[in-house]
Amino acid sequence: MHFWKHSKKRNHFPAWIWGVFAGIVFFGLGAAGGQFAVVWRKAVMLCMECIGIG
Amino acid sequence: MKKLRTIVQIVFTIITNGYLYGFLQGKIYRGGLKYACVPGLNCYSCPGAIASCPVGALQALLNQQGFSVPFSALGFFFLFGSLLGRFVCGWLCPFGLVQDLLHRIPIFSKQKRLPFHHWLVYGKYISLFGFVGLGSMVLFGGFAKIPAFCKYICPSGTLLGALPLLTANEMLRSQVGGLFFWKFGLLLLIIVLSLKVYRPFCQYLCPLGAIYGWFNRFSLVQVHWENDRCTFCGACEKACPVALSVREISHSPECIRCGKCIGACPRKCLYF
Repeated sequence: MHFWKHSKKRNHFPAWIWGVFAGIVFFGLGAAGGQFAVVWRKAVMLCMECIGIG
Repeated sequence: MKKLRTIVQIVFTIITNGYLYGFLQGKIYRGGLKYACVPGLNCYSCPGAIASCPVGALQALLNQQGFSVPFSALGFFFLFGSLLGRFVCGWLCPFGLVQDLLHRIPIFSKQKRLPFHHWLVYGKYISLFGFVGLGSMVLFGGFAKIPAFCKYICPSGTLLGALPLLTANEMLRSQVGGLFFWKFGLLLLIIVLSLKVYRPFCQYLCPLGAIYGWFNRFSLVQVHWENDRCTFCGACEKACPVALSVREISHSPECIRCGKCIGACPRKCLYF
């Protein structure tokens, strides 16, 4: 749990910037794998399970 | 601060559920905005929802054949989490707003935590790893993978998705069965608990809270504490809706950045 405290001192960038950078990389990997389309397909069809019917 | 937070919560809920045609017709929005996720727990089957639910998105990716790392969902979690942490829960989650408003109704004497709080807080990790994770990856009845959290737990889906849809869509009403009554019962339980305990779903069951809580330690938005000016009067702990001490505020995974501690500090040594 002390990792972040120590990492703050060693790194020029605060940890949240690395988190944002990781998020952007994950977005890129997700887009390359067509994952946004999977999410969209699920979200635009009425999810019967989500509303407790299916 | 309390007034500002309520305004932000209401405005954000209205904007992200602004597809009024859906409420009138009992249908859902099918446009391109649903490629993206909102930060809070907002069912994508809500007739008004203009974007996807991040937990629903994660489960949809885990429900795919075989196994692939759900990168796009992780992207949203890292982006929102690194910038905001559980500020999302305190300021941007529609179901958080519902619980906040319920807690203000002066019916029962109010309490911050349930008995066995220190055990119950692990419920949200069980919810995350058990229902969202494992529950979405295993085959259901050897046949298909299901979004287990959405299907069996999510009260936001019942409140924001099922009830408006069932109200406006007669065809759906004819399909209601035992599963709906289980979820409706769970929603009622959370509503009744919210009248007494502060945000019981967020504290004990929400998988999104478990994820954003991990980012609280290092997110950009923090509640800063000037400990050299602090007199340890305890006003912030008294004001904190989840009873965090001044040393725990902001870094604790339970802190939702509501800002009540900031307003309560007589020496102004807490600030965003």
